[in-house]
Amino acid sequence: MFTELLNDHLDDWKKVVEFRHVKALKTKNSLDGLDVAFIEGAISSDSQAAEARKIRDHAKYVVAIGACACTGLPSASRNDLVDNKITERIQWYLSNFNYSQKVRKLDEVIKVDDQVPGCPMSVPLFLAALDKYLKLFHIVS
Amino acid sequence: MHTGEVTIDQVTKVEGSAGLKVTIADDKVVDLKFILQDYRRFYTDVVKGKPIIAVPSFLSRICGTCSVAHLFASLKAIEQSQGIELTPQAKTLRRLAYDGLMIRDHALHLYFFVLPDVLGLDSILDISDDPADPGHVLLHDSFDIKRLGTDITNVIIGAAIHAPLPTVGGFLKNPDPAKFPNLISRLEAIRPQVLRGIKTFYDWPESLIRNSDYMYLKNAAGYDFLDGDIYTSTGKVAGPNDFLTFLEKVVIPYSHSEGYTLSDTHKDYLVGALPRINFNSHLLHPRTRADAAQYLTAFPSHNIHHNNLAQAIEVLHCVDDAIDILKTIHINPEEKPVRKPPQAGTGIGVVEAPRGILYHMAQVDDKGMIIDYNVIVPTAQNQITIENDLKKYFTDHISEDETFLHRAAEKIVRAYDPCISCSTNFLKIDWIRP
Repeated sequence: MFTELLNDHLDDWKKVVEFRHVKALKTKNSLDGLDVAFIEGAISSDSQAAEARKIRDHAKYVVAIGACACTGLPSASRNDLVDNKITERIQWYLSNFNYSQKVRKLDEVIKVDDQVPGCPMSVPLFLAALDKYLKLFHIVS
Repeated sequence: MHTGEVTIDQVTKVEGSAGLKVTIADDKVVDLKFILQDYRRFYTDVVKGKPIIAVPSFLSRICGTCSVAHLFASLKAIEQSQGIELTPQAKTLRRLAYDGLMIRDHALHLYFFVLPDVLGLDSILDISDDPADPGHVLLHDSFDIKRLGTDITNVIIGAAIHAPLPTVGGFLKNPDPAKFPNLISRLEAIRPQVLRGIKTFYDWPESLIRNSDYMYLKNAAGYDFLDGDIYTSTGKVAGPNDFLTFLEKVVIPYSHSEGYTLSDTHKDYLVGALPRINFNSHLLHPRTRADAAQYLTAFPSHNIHHNNLAQAIEVLHCVDDAIDILKTIHINPEEKPVRKPPQAGTGIGVVEAPRGILYHMAQVDDKGMIIDYNVIVPTAQNQITIENDLKKYFTDHISEDETFLHRAAEKIVRAYDPCISCSTNFLKIDWIRP
């Protein structure tokens, strides 16, 4: 959804936003000195939790983006797989790659300052959140 | 490099998360692992016991980028399991929506991910703000092209991502032509911009000549992403129901996704736009064939970077196909979805997703609940061939330095347009020096 928003907003955002870390758009990324980190996705493993904490440590504010980050679902659907629903194939992946026992929403792992729910994320709420932080940092009035 | 270990932690500008680990000793590639890193969500297990009516929309969440491909493949599988035949109107509307998906999805890959490589830049964020700059022109072309693809899906199926209107047997609500009076003129107007993109990827000299078999969907009636038989370059043909007989599953211990080889050769194969254009270019829309004739001379091609050119040509085909549909379709707003009482059965939905053949299988009980479900995505099928092509590239360019190899490896992986979110998410290279 974010890449779709760029159709209409990239020219304006380039004037007011410094994109420090966007893996989908850049090879040279940095987490240093982030004002706001927008994080999407649920947390499925300890390594992802560690990554989320690292981002939190580098950012003044964190905004959870999308249903998976805000509520855990639908990614956390696997939390309902218990007992006989855990097949040998599922168990192989869970063990081999060190999956967390449960999939967690973002605020179960780090402090989250704002949420933009929706699957895909709500565009008006995202634009409102971005505007809020641009004003907070006195970038726009 | 003479001896060493090379790691790309995360390949950038792709859909999801993948890594690469290369071990080099005495100027030889001792080991190379292409690793799909996204954590699985086990959605095909989660849907067991769920009612069929809820499943396609849920499974479209496998991927935001190509959600429409998963949605339609799932609908096809469930409709077949229930003996439901779509009306001609519903079929045509799905085809039109799929043109919109292809236009947007290909343009995202070509312009946002690959174009910076063509321009020698890190990112579209580094493209000049000068309106006369060629990169600026192409980037703004891409905004128009993507927006048009998105708008087609918005008006036909309710959204570009996780579309709410398609349902088992047809549409919950039929599109209102009054809401898209200018789509034909916008599609006509975009053609020169699409052709400028095709020329850009045709002129790009990047090359990696590779060697594998191919698999693709073919419909003798015309260039088709949604209906057809499955063909391999080894000469095999089968209906969608027999797709699995072509495949041999390979468990890759270091990857979050299974890989696949061809069951007859036990070797890797490629799915995607390159095989589609290599084998089906004669079926493209006549206007596309005429206006892209010069660029189609590049095919058949075994250069993986021509997968980009093939996608760019498919964008034009989808524009032309959408124009035809919009000019001829008469939508009956009262048409309802075809529904039947639930029946036990198994259905297969095979489509060409933007990045290759996508397979959904639904086994349903007599109450209309899912007993078993399976999904095989294109990136899982391409996983082994990507790894083999990288091995060849590293072996042939072993004398180059680490920075050069890192950049080249990312360009190669990007050319397949992998969607790791689907197959499990992105490129991380571990360079291992014993």
